[in-house]
Amino acid sequence: MSTSGRAFKFGDNIDTDVIIPARYLSTADPEILAKYCMIDIDDTFAGKVQKGDIMIGGRNFGCGSSREHAPIAIKGAGVSCVIAETFARIFYRNAFNIGLPIIECAEAARKIADGDEIRVDFESGKIENITKGETYQAQPLPPFMRDIIDGGGLIASIKKSRGEA
Amino acid sequence: MSTQAKQPMTMTQKILAAHAGKDFVAPGEFIQAKLDLVLGNDITAPPAIKEFTKLGQPAVFDNKRIALVPDHFTPNKDIQSAEQCRQMRVFAHDQSIENYFEIGEMGIEHALLPEKGLVVPGDVVIGADSHTCTYGALGAFSTGIGSTDMAAGMATGLCWFRVPEAIQFVLKGKLSEHVSGKDVILHIIGKIGVDGARYQSMEFVGEGVASLTMDDRFTIANMAIEAGAKNGIFPVDERTKAYLENRGKRPSVIFEADQDAVYAQVIEIDLAAIRPTVSFPHSPDNTRTIDEIERMEQEKGAITIDQVVIGSCTNGRLDDLRIAARYLKGKKVAKGVRVIIFPATQKIYLDALREGLIEIFIEAGAIVSTPTCGPCLGGHMGILAKGERAVATTNRNFVGRMGHTESEIYLASPAVAAASAVAGKIANPERA
Repeated sequence: MSTSGRAFKFGDNIDTDVIIPARYLSTADPEILAKYCMIDIDDTFAGKVQKGDIMIGGRNFGCGSSREHAPIAIKGAGVSCVIAETFARIFYRNAFNIGLPIIECAEAARKIADGDEIRVDFESGKIENITKGETYQAQPLPPFMRDIIDGGGLIASIKKSRGEA
Repeated sequence: MSTQAKQPMTMTQKILAAHAGKDFVAPGEFIQAKLDLVLGNDITAPPAIKEFTKLGQPAVFDNKRIALVPDHFTPNKDIQSAEQCRQMRVFAHDQSIENYFEIGEMGIEHALLPEKGLVVPGDVVIGADSHTCTYGALGAFSTGIGSTDMAAGMATGLCWFRVPEAIQFVLKGKLSEHVSGKDVILHIIGKIGVDGARYQSMEFVGEGVASLTMDDRFTIANMAIEAGAKNGIFPVDERTKAYLENRGKRPSVIFEADQDAVYAQVIEIDLAAIRPTVSFPHSPDNTRTIDEIERMEQEKGAITIDQVVIGSCTNGRLDDLRIAARYLKGKKVAKGVRVIIFPATQKIYLDALREGLIEIFIEAGAIVSTPTCGPCLGGHMGILAKGERAVATTNRNFVGRMGHTESEIYLASPAVAAASAVAGKIANPERA
């Protein structure tokens, strides 16, 4: 499984309040949330992002509130993967649980520039920067997390474990 | 207890091990733990209910171990919020959820649940709200999760965790007058940064703990998430036991860290040296002491303010209101400053009323609101306009958190907030 797209780069400590401000939390509809994704930090993002594009963050991406609306908004906007130096822990589990692939890779997070063409291979953890001709290697996912992803998210994996899938 | 080469554990490790049915759990290990309580609110429960429904399971794992609290956009701020509350209310009714708290009996979730005795020492609690870590004050393991985890928790009574490493904070001495738990946690976050405890447990120990009130401890544990922590936790002592008397709905199980438990880091905190501390925009770790602020004022002028918010899951408890009242009694809030005070629960509101605190607030020119999370997250009841500045006893000062992206939030204790309300600028409570 792999994905490719254009990079949208953000900084350190991107909090869930800027990913999706609370004033839009009267719904959890991905299409509506997607329209306001990142609005408080870049109000042009929702208009520019294309299906498959890749979001890049620095340290502690997704800190703050536990709102699952944050990864839902990012996924709803068409982003196929988030790469960051590190992720805040609630965001990390929420992203997996809703099926938004995220990868921790400090080198990639630092070297990828806004607008670079990126290809990510989830199985090998290899991140290719097509624009710059560079390759970065991320840590493979812990087996426990891979089981959730392979199962299609947390709810699907529970159904599977009950023999209902 | 066995004496043979037993591997030492932190308090958090011990609670998690007990709930995973293991003798030992190591940091980094993935476990499934049994849940004592699963919490959700009017923003996070509706998506959880949707996910729960997908499982096709007729009933939740235990209707006594789920708490649903409509506190964020309530009293319903608009039609969509009313619909979200209705979804939660209907679900609570259909599933016979015992701990659903309607307007009139509700409060801000993290003040309400301990008050009702729903969390006891030794518990494992998850809540679809990041400030669920508050209950660590009671010697429980509690942590924030998202709506899908909440759905899975409601269905199975289980949650997966990666066992965290811990940072031990050794508290020494006693807080000085005008300083409270909020200053302690802001000081710590300023010291270690907003990701200083990322994925880790913050374990507070030492002789200094005994002098901290339960409300101080709730405030400190509440903001562990602002250092990126998975949880914050306090040992159970006489104060904890006194708090739980006639309150705890289930028996307590007291866990203590082993003397030789392994910590990623040990940090000593001298409580006596902590000064009133304020987090400047736009990050909780951007802290200054009141002395630094006073020097800044002499050089660049005062930081004038438009609004003061006293309340929230961080600082809306009775002690917080008592502290605020001390600086507002017989005074008037500065002309042009809007002061909004939120008791965190109906009980706190009533206690404050009976003690005469509410009268002090209103006579000073503040307004007093029903319990709600509204202003803290920019929902309603005190949104900031472009260029406006607020001192708030809340927990986050991110860009746009309380309103316009060009507004500013200064996080502070109830003492600093109340003194600032009177002064019309960020002010030193020692001079009030």
